[in-house]
Amino acid sequence: METSFKSAELIREISGVNPYKCMKCGKCSASCPSYNEMDIKPHQFVSYVLNEDIESLVNSKSLWKCLSCFACVERCPRDVKPGKLIDAARQVVVRQKDQDYLSPNEIPELLDPDMPQQLLVSAFRKYRR
Amino acid sequence: MKYSYYSGCTLRTKAKDLDAYARASAKALGFELEEIENWQCCGGVYPLGSDEIATKLSSVRALNEAKEKGQELVTLCSACHHVIKRVNDDMKNVEDIRTRANNYMKLEEPYAGETTVLHFLEVLRDRVGFDKLKEKVVNPLKGKKIGAYYGCLLLRPGKVLEFDNPENPKIMEDFIRAIGAEPVIYPYRNECCGGHIALKEKEMAGNMSDNIMNSAEGFGADMLITACPLCLYNMNKNSKSELPVYYFTELLAEALGVKEEVAK
Repeated sequence: METSFKSAELIREISGVNPYKCMKCGKCSASCPSYNEMDIKPHQFVSYVLNEDIESLVNSKSLWKCLSCFACVERCPRDVKPGKLIDAARQVVVRQKDQDYLSPNEIPELLDPDMPQQLLVSAFRKYRR
Repeated sequence: MKYSYYSGCTLRTKAKDLDAYARASAKALGFELEEIENWQCCGGVYPLGSDEIATKLSSVRALNEAKEKGQELVTLCSACHHVIKRVNDDMKNVEDIRTRANNYMKLEEPYAGETTVLHFLEVLRDRVGFDKLKEKVVNPLKGKKIGAYYGCLLLRPGKVLEFDNPENPKIMEDFIRAIGAEPVIYPYRNECCGGHIALKEKEMAGNMSDNIMNSAEGFGADMLITACPLCLYNMNKNSKSELPVYYFTELLAEALGVKEEVAK
């Protein structure tokens, strides 16, 4: 079992984000199209990493609600990139054994005939390793 | 003028028309799209992790092939464009990724981001020119009020994509004017359609697409145009709005008088 400190380091390493740069202006949360769906909000991501509360972060719904639309990345005045931070937390999860968010067995019932391949490859890349 | 062309998985299957209208239009405008041989899927999503290397190699292969031919690389699907353009930026500017990717590639000459990546719309703006396009239009789409739907992938992050002003873009509006129609500017044009969330949470994608389409309709648009097969799918399939959505290449082919040719 990794310590929280190590997990926090790992998230900082994968994301390349320096959470100390955040000045809590909230522009990321104000821009986020998934804000209402998230339990931990974009402007809070940095706090979880700084407080080393990775347990809460990796169990958050927000991992799967972020759409990587890069609105927060574009608008952050401090270049913190909250979207990269939550994506790193997502990767910490899916890189573990049996922690996929999507199984190929689920695909047949999710398919519809108009669904573009782009949707499937994107979901596979986001939801599993 | 000949360009290397990366079509991508969806343009060979569910979005064949996006591709076919682009090829016919390119021919009418006097440039050629030479498809990269044995291209591999870009993966649909740019791998954000700074330690992700293998997931970027399909883009590097395409980029290097264009480099070896001495051609610029043209993309059409918004997702392919986003992924390939960002990987190219990594290869140019991030030493660690460049070194490790080249270790896999084993090329005679390492790839270091030399290729210029252009979206088809950028070819129209920066290589053909919208004035020139306007001259070639035989069937101007007069009276049509069209909303440009940009979405996320073409615009952000602006520093890397360098496509247009990410908050107040105009390339698609200029395109709409060039084909003789009237652009409708509405606030949701660079908002997200929901993207891949549509696989597991259709309702969320539907709501997000509704916001975009209702916004466009409220500002008087008769239709929307997009470059992205996933945006088109979400807006056509998961939204409750009836506003028609087309690939921009279909309207381009119509304006250039080559649409019928493609239908055959």
